[in-house]
Amino acid sequence: MGNLKVQLGELSLSNPVMTASGTFGYGEEYADFIDINALGGIVVKGTTLHAREGNAYPRMAETPKGMLNAVGLQNKGVDGFINDIYPRIKNFKTNILVNVSGSTVEEYVETAEKINELDAIPGIELNISCPNVKEGGMAFGTSCPSAIAVTNAVRKVYKKHLMVKLSPNVTDITEIAKGVEGSGADSVSLINTLLGMAIDVNSRKPVLSTITGGLSGPCVKPVALRMVWQVSQAVNVPVVGMGGIASAEDAIEFLLAGASAIQIGTANFIDPTITIKVINGIREYLERNQMDDVKQLTGALITG
Amino acid sequence: MKHITDFTIITNQRETDEFVVLTLQHPGELPSMVPGQFAEVRVDGAENAFLRRPLSIHDVDYSNNTIKLLIQEVGEGTRVLAKLKSGDQLNLVYPLGTGYSLPKSNRVLLVGGGCGVAPLLFLGRHFVENGIRPKFLIGGRTAATLIRLDAYEQLGDVYVTTEDGSAGHKGFVIHHPIMKTETPEFDHIYTCGPDAMMKVLAKYAGSRGITCQVSLENHMACGFGACLCCVTPTVDGHKCTCVDGPVFDSKYLKWEI
Ligand SMILES: Cc1cc2nc3c(=O)[nH]c(=O)nc-3n(C[C@H](O)[C@H](O)[C@H](O)COP(=O)(O)OP(=O)(O)OC[C@H]3O[C@@H](n4cnc5c(N)ncnc54)[C@H](O)[C@@H]3O)c2cc1C
Ligand SMILES: Cc1cc2nc3c(=O)[nH]c(=O)nc-3n(C[C@H](O)[C@H](O)[C@H](O)COP(=O)(O)O)c2cc1C
Ligand code: FES
Repeated sequence: MGNLKVQLGELSLSNPVMTASGTFGYGEEYADFIDINALGGIVVKGTTLHAREGNAYPRMAETPKGMLNAVGLQNKGVDGFINDIYPRIKNFKTNILVNVSGSTVEEYVETAEKINELDAIPGIELNISCPNVKEGGMAFGTSCPSAIAVTNAVRKVYKKHLMVKLSPNVTDITEIAKGVEGSGADSVSLINTLLGMAIDVNSRKPVLSTITGGLSGPCVKPVALRMVWQVSQAVNVPVVGMGGIASAEDAIEFLLAGASAIQIGTANFIDPTITIKVINGIREYLERNQMDDVKQLTGALITG
Repeated sequence: MKHITDFTIITNQRETDEFVVLTLQHPGELPSMVPGQFAEVRVDGAENAFLRRPLSIHDVDYSNNTIKLLIQEVGEGTRVLAKLKSGDQLNLVYPLGTGYSLPKSNRVLLVGGGCGVAPLLFLGRHFVENGIRPKFLIGGRTAATLIRLDAYEQLGDVYVTTEDGSAGHKGFVIHHPIMKTETPEFDHIYTCGPDAMMKVLAKYAGSRGITCQVSLENHMACGFGACLCCVTPTVDGHKCTCVDGPVFDSKYLKWEI
């Protein structure tokens, strides 16, 4: 049987399938449907230094083969996470990564420092790309100097696996990827949501309370795949690919494009068991193609 | 415990131009459900209905392991569901959300408008099984928009209003004579329907020391607490209508009424 284990720097995953932040709650929400411990890892909700109420409703709009969201990082704050949520989930036997966001470099640093103390959290995913937060996320991920500044500052205090999640809302994503790699990122994940909007023609108003929001789901997959391919050519750290993955074939496309692991987001809403199906589908693909290690797929795209 | 299950359609009963009732067969013993809970239904074969559609549990028959869904056709997703035929499969994630809670007195009024009548049949049956005879107040635009009144009549007294007066009392539910009495014949209102209707009822209840449980229809992406798209403002801040609701005590909501 083919080996599914992958390494992201020091981080060992039993298989390359993780869940995307903001789509998988804290894992508990899915425990009735699947064995959480069978996953390569889960990335929990975006966590900030202080509790946030998020944006006003409506925060969601369905779009062709996808959805827009403007949740706005609603969360209980890092102390709420540590006191209320961490004790409930720390015994999951999978890699639990916390997605960290902030509106200043200091907030990122303080949040990362607190999470560094948690034994059962082997890594963080630095969200420098969330397009929802007016004063924060967007700015860090869309300019090279600020992406470098925040990664550098967090690297100084955070000792475990530092994954940096890139925004697709940029002119050249490889520049940012190279910048954060040079600042000490252990891996990069991409893509976060694409900035979009929807209008209700009857009311002539935007559907979302924030006017614009983040697009996700199968409709973003070709863009995400292109960016994963470009970034994996540009950096040496492992790349974690996501954006519209809804089947094993989708996941394998990302691996072939250069990803070492993948995350599944929006597809969990339609099929809460999709992660397990993707893991099984990758295993079957290896068998069908007489390959003995999933790592053989990473970057195995045949061109020319 | 939440489940993800393929049900088989046994019947698709057309009620009006807009409404159908699907009866679904569960493959084994049905898990227990609470009135007011809902299912997230996968819409197969629709071009644009990408997310699941939330639909209330309309009725449950534990002895035959069947449930009913009452569907109003409003867009592509519900139109595709309304075309399902006997023998077709339908994938449900269920039972979801926090349903209605049982009252401290037996004097209950269940008020529904539009597709909001859906959860009230299961709720009414639940009351009857607990020895409570419910009163129903059902509002519609016209006589033709009132659905399955006979089913409600089997469980309790049914009062009707229509906006054009073509059936029952003319006006909105709040204009019905049973709402006008100085001392109402009920201590608890259970309602599901348009926000405007529920707000009027919440205000009515608030000024008379009556409790009012309302069921919200916020747009949802997951239906089980994973995405935080479905929130409503409450006295404790944003709460998910899919997990903490869809049923809330109206006093808990930050409603401008
Ligand atoms: C808890 C709950 C219980 C419900 N119970 C019933 C029921 O028993 N019977 C019934 O007919 N309808 C019910 N609804 C409303 C039903 O979910 C919508 O009418 C349906 O989703 C519309 O889908 P569509 O594709 O036909 O319409 P479209 O307008 O094309 O849908 C576009 C998007 O908006 C969402 N949407 C549109 N209207 C609503 C709405 N009123 N509530 C929530 N989401 C909406 C859809 O899910 C979809 O994502 C319920 C809603 C909720 C939240
Ligand atoms: C409802 C929702 C909430 C999200 N919240 C976050 C978040 O808090 N932090 C983050 O980095 N990404 C967040 N994302 C982005 C996803 O993690 C992922 O990058 C994106 O949705 C693309 O993957 P997908 O198409 O598989 O969903 C969110 C996405 C959705 C749909
Ligand atoms: S719909 Fe996803 S949290 Fe309520």
